[in-house]
Amino acid sequence: MSTATSTGTADATGTEPVEEFRLRARAWLAENLPPAADTPAGNIDDDVWLRARVLQGRIHAGGFAGICFPKEYGGLGLGPDHQHAFNEEAAGYELPIVLNVPSVAICAATILDLGTEEQKKQYLPGIISGRDVWCQLLSEPGGGSDLAGVITKSERNGEDWTINGSKVWSSAAYAADYGLCLTRSNWDVPKHSGLTMFILPLKAPGVTVHRIKLVNGANEFCQVFFDDVRLPAGNVVGAVDDGWATASQQLFHERNAMGGGSPYVSGPRFSKAAHGPNLLELARETGQLGDTSVRDQLADVRIMQVVSKQLVRRIGSAIATGELTPQASSILRLFEAERTWTEYDAAFRIAGANAVAGPSLQDPGHGQAGLRYLSRQAGSLGGGSTEIARNIISERVLGMPREAAADRGVAFKDVKRGGA
Amino acid sequence: MDSDLTPDQKTFRDTTRNFLNKTSSSPQIRALADSGAGTDRTWWSQGAELGWTAMLVPEDLGGGTVSGEPLRDLCLVAREFGRTCAPGPLLTTSAVLTGLAAAGEAHAEAIEAIMTGDSLASWAFYEPSRGWDSSTPGTAADPLPGGGFTLSGTKDRVEAGESADLFLVTAHSPGGPVQVLVPRDTPGLSVTPSWSLDATRRFATLSFAGAVVPPGAVVQRGEAAREAVETQLHNTALLAAAEMTGALQAMFDVTVQWMFDRYTFGRPLASYQALKHRMADNKTAMEACLATTAGAAGALDSGAPDAHEMVSIAKAYVGDKVPAILQDFVQLHGGLGVTWEHDLHLYLRRTACDRALYGTPDEHRRRIAATLEGNAA
Repeated sequence: MSTATSTGTADATGTEPVEEFRLRARAWLAENLPPAADTPAGNIDDDVWLRARVLQGRIHAGGFAGICFPKEYGGLGLGPDHQHAFNEEAAGYELPIVLNVPSVAICAATILDLGTEEQKKQYLPGIISGRDVWCQLLSEPGGGSDLAGVITKSERNGEDWTINGSKVWSSAAYAADYGLCLTRSNWDVPKHSGLTMFILPLKAPGVTVHRIKLVNGANEFCQVFFDDVRLPAGNVVGAVDDGWATASQQLFHERNAMGGGSPYVSGPRFSKAAHGPNLLELARETGQLGDTSVRDQLADVRIMQVVSKQLVRRIGSAIATGELTPQASSILRLFEAERTWTEYDAAFRIAGANAVAGPSLQDPGHGQAGLRYLSRQAGSLGGGSTEIARNIISERVLGMPREAAADRGVAFKDVKRGGA
Repeated sequence: MDSDLTPDQKTFRDTTRNFLNKTSSSPQIRALADSGAGTDRTWWSQGAELGWTAMLVPEDLGGGTVSGEPLRDLCLVAREFGRTCAPGPLLTTSAVLTGLAAAGEAHAEAIEAIMTGDSLASWAFYEPSRGWDSSTPGTAADPLPGGGFTLSGTKDRVEAGESADLFLVTAHSPGGPVQVLVPRDTPGLSVTPSWSLDATRRFATLSFAGAVVPPGAVVQRGEAAREAVETQLHNTALLAAAEMTGALQAMFDVTVQWMFDRYTFGRPLASYQALKHRMADNKTAMEACLATTAGAAGALDSGAPDAHEMVSIAKAYVGDKVPAILQDFVQLHGGLGVTWEHDLHLYLRRTACDRALYGTPDEHRRRIAATLEGNAA
């Protein structure tokens, strides 16, 4: 298993036993956090982010933030078992879930792995305490799944760098303070070798953020433009021209978070507030609880939820012990997409005509079930498409031959690129 | 990946694996299939010596586990059975031992004989035209003065029925359900061999016409019998799921190797993205099958309140996935996959049986939905 579980009362390392931690969290949560509102998953807007920062600040002050981050960077220095216990206790409370991905579970995790000591000290406490929100600046217009093909340009000018270009699908960039920005620093080498990752303040001169409206009306995605944005050399994460290593680590954390395997995600995965309608209630309300095919769907959703948790445990421990490569986190990413479809499709089917018209767009079992159905593919696109996950599983886990690539070994300036 | 197994469990698994590799190779399984013979008693006794029949029996009755987690231990055996398509009444014997061990001392003699392999016991649960439902057995147990019963009715899909010496039979009496242990030579019991989709597993139909069982044959009655049968159902369903995952693992490796070896249009099958993506899906489902089987075994061993739901989830998920993936492996093998010579069909037969017996995915989904409803009420 992943780590030694400390359930006794004494621990040689001075670590608080998980069960004591759990009881302390239980008491603290009851005192300090409001119950989760049965709110629909609608637009995440400025007030949501403000609220999240406040809640995270409260959790931080209470001593339950950054459970798996080291103490010297503002965390608690505990293990996944502690986080798991907290998550179980936190079900039913209002939590700053929007901060998990990408701010904490992806960006902070990447800085922790690859940042300099200075960067870790400077940035991690701000993320963990909820003072700063981070986003990812990875995908580009016309880039699709070929992340290593980015053309946002970084050029060195003495001690500084200048960034020009544009990023897209950046979740919550409008609300973010910083972003991890992948750029092309060298055009004379093959694509993976000429990239550099930067910490980019979103409020820096030359940064413009446009919001993108999606089919379900949500607009947390953004396109971000960079016009001569100046960054100090100290903002490089990892090495110059070795940004692919940083991006790969970031993608690992992203797949892990999307698949439910990240130890940095705080809060329950299947909470009422974070997910869709109560399907059982919906079936009863619509008079279908006796319908065999509806009952099959309820069971299917339950099966996928339970198997997902069991799979996360299995793959997580196999990666931790080295039996599987970290790329096996793509297995979780792929399964989670399938689980999402099962759930969204069941909700849409059980809601029936209620999902497409009626008085209540905000009801999770009615209008929201319809909107979720429209945005069902988000689960198989966000965090890298499931097609890429399948490539990774077949090539990196099963060792099958890589897909032929016309740009392999070719200087990036000579690589053919289509339009957006 | 068995990183969470204890060294003792690994040894136990490896001993079984080595034994099965030696005694249940493909040619041996095929010879057994061709012969139409039932259970090889000598082979089964050797397996019993390796511990296959000891896990579910408490120590004071002569049994014992490898790790203190009997079902996790036994799942290791079931998975190895799946890997080789081993014949043998592992599932049905485990159901009987589950029932007898719960009844304790009263059946110590029978337990001892079954554990050593001297006696072969089978679980007579299914009835003609009925699914996997413990609520109303049609077989009637009419009370006799003094505590015995007269049995009448029919049981079918009784594994190793033709070879077995003893049957654990579920019946209904005026006082509720009863389970009784019936020797094969009981007057009024006739055993008829039936067909089987599996290559080596044999099944039989039992007909009871006024068969008299003495009071000492009663294993459980009333509410205790109902609960005992549920436990037997779930243990058996779990082992069937574990066996399917083992079969899947074996054929997954064979299929991946085939995809590297087989060339079409000048390149290996493993280089085609359409096929790679299917194997990525299959790999994901295989890991999920292993994860949910382990989760269910752990839940049963620890007596978790949701243990029966965990088993239904495992059996429904694994039962849906494994035969479907084996069919996909047949497709990936092309014409070769539909030949008698290739081993794939042996595994497809085995997993089709395991899918359909001990609760189909649909039957388990019904239970899951009922649990959801019950939990919400």
